Amino acid sequence: MKKQLIPIAAALACLAAPALAQKSASQSIDEYRAMLQDGNPAELFEMKGEELWKQARGPKKGTLAKSCDLGKGAGVVKGAFVELPRYFEDTKRVQDLESRLLTCMSTVQGFDEKSIANTPFGKGEKANVVAMATWIASQSKGMQFNLPQSHAQERLFYAVGKQLFFQRGGPHDFACATCHGEQGKRIRLQDLPDLRGNPGDGVGFAAWPAYRVSNGQMWSMQHRLNDCYRQQRFPEPNYGSDATIALGVYMGVNAKGAASAVPAITR
Amino acid sequence: MQKPIQFTLIAGAVALLAGCAMAPDVAEVKQATDAIVKSSFHDKGQAKVTRITQADETNRLCGEADAAGKPLDEATAKRLEAANMATIKWPANGNYLGDWKKGEKVAQNGRGMTWSDKPDAVNGGNCYNCHQISKQEISYGTIGPSLYNYGKIRGVSDPYDPKSAAIVQYTWGKIWNPKAYNACSNMPRAGHNGVITEDQVRDIMALLLDPNSPVNK
Amino acid sequence: MADPMRIRAQSKDGVAKVRVLMSHEMESGQRKDSSGKLIPAWHIMEVTAKLNDKPVFSAEWGPAVSKNPFLQFDVKGAKPGDKLTIEWVDNKGEKRTDTATVS
Repeated sequence: MKKQLIPIAAALACLAAPALAQKSASQSIDEYRAMLQDGNPAELFEMKGEELWKQARGPKKGTLAKSCDLGKGAGVVKGAFVELPRYFEDTKRVQDLESRLLTCMSTVQGFDEKSIANTPFGKGEKANVVAMATWIASQSKGMQFNLPQSHAQERLFYAVGKQLFFQRGGPHDFACATCHGEQGKRIRLQDLPDLRGNPGDGVGFAAWPAYRVSNGQMWSMQHRLNDCYRQQRFPEPNYGSDATIALGVYMGVNAKGAASAVPAITR
Repeated sequence: MQKPIQFTLIAGAVALLAGCAMAPDVAEVKQATDAIVKSSFHDKGQAKVTRITQADETNRLCGEADAAGKPLDEATAKRLEAANMATIKWPANGNYLGDWKKGEKVAQNGRGMTWSDKPDAVNGGNCYNCHQISKQEISYGTIGPSLYNYGKIRGVSDPYDPKSAAIVQYTWGKIWNPKAYNACSNMPRAGHNGVITEDQVRDIMALLLDPNSPVNK
Repeated sequence: MADPMRIRAQSKDGVAKVRVLMSHEMESGQRKDSSGKLIPAWHIMEVTAKLNDKPVFSAEWGPAVSKNPFLQFDVKGAKPGDKLTIEWVDNKGEKRTDTATVS
């Protein structure tokens, strides 16, 4: 077989020796994850998102790159992701990246927010929101989370997010905290970040949007929260709802100082 | 059909705290949380909003205690445990054990009761998500303690021996309603909340207590 | 026309490491939809690469290659400024060609 240069060969060689050592399940999975890092299909979504951000679109033919304020000024993308969710004066709401994109797509481009919110994940304009969120997030890659808590609404949303995080319900009595409220736990073989505090760089809040290899889908934070609630046996949260934003404030403020790894790649 | 999105403003709260750099007070947070829950979720499939808004006292008090970072006071904990104990449905004819092979299937199955599951489907016990159980299955969670050698460790060589009765009863009770023994346990009340049937509980019991089960080998 | 490929080609000591990320569903033809019907096969059959119009790489792919495939290979004799062109053809006859400059 022709010898091939594989960049992770060096890493694998270290893990393979000594030849008779038994590899734990965790180690094998870490190797698999290392192999995934090169060539993250999220880059395809980033490219699409950048195009959409810079294009004149919608009934109003508006351009988000010119007029959409993500918290650092109209059109400013660098550093915006690591300061969201935050309070916005024009809507008088605390908003996360995706709900803010809905606002901009409506006010600047004339799209209908409600109908985009109701579009299934992966389809139509909902897929475009996720592509843009992926690119915008990538522009803050490696930067540290630093959500503002200067406005009273931001502080209120942190407190509400905390209540929601620990709120138990449904036939399984699950809360977010059931899985994410302790250090060093895992569900089956999936490690669970402790989201009550800072779980470290590139983990938890700092790991979404991410490309999921198991289903070949690009998942945003809203999508991740939606599926968390589904597995918790809770009812479905509205896309971009205050509950999901409040949870984002709770997790994001807790992750202060953690470096963003977005867009990430996971199983 | 999904309800359209409702964007609710907590205008009252903003007016109250304008210009103030203090943390919001407890009553205000509770009011805001309740309002946000009502406006943020909608029924989907079998998952109704009442699953949150009509959460029982055990879930409500334990959730609030967790959020406050203070465990329940002993009196309340004992009261909730007693109330949960009273709900336990003990097996008909004192027949505690079923088939461990079926029990393994119940333990492996994590499906059921989400909005994407059919309401009349057979639900799983979700057990491996949180627990190690047999030696062979390496894909197990660590949210709960390992149950490997469950019966063996407790000296249960014959589950029908009167000497084993206490352990057998406790195990049934714990699966049916774990809050009867620990008010704020993270473990689901699989029997009490109707997740699994009496027969399924019997099969899990066999998985854990039958000396022939791989769990006890 | 399908979504563009993402191509990076970096040369070092006369050898360029080429990395390509392709956007394609790569349906194997063995999966079933929710009603039990087989989802028809739709995947890349052939991938070719040219360095300044000279063919340097070709591959025949089948249903085993996963969605949004990632391809990596080395090309000897590539210099910064050279043009690297990648083309794929799928079983429906759809094509996609993209070019990148070796850095």
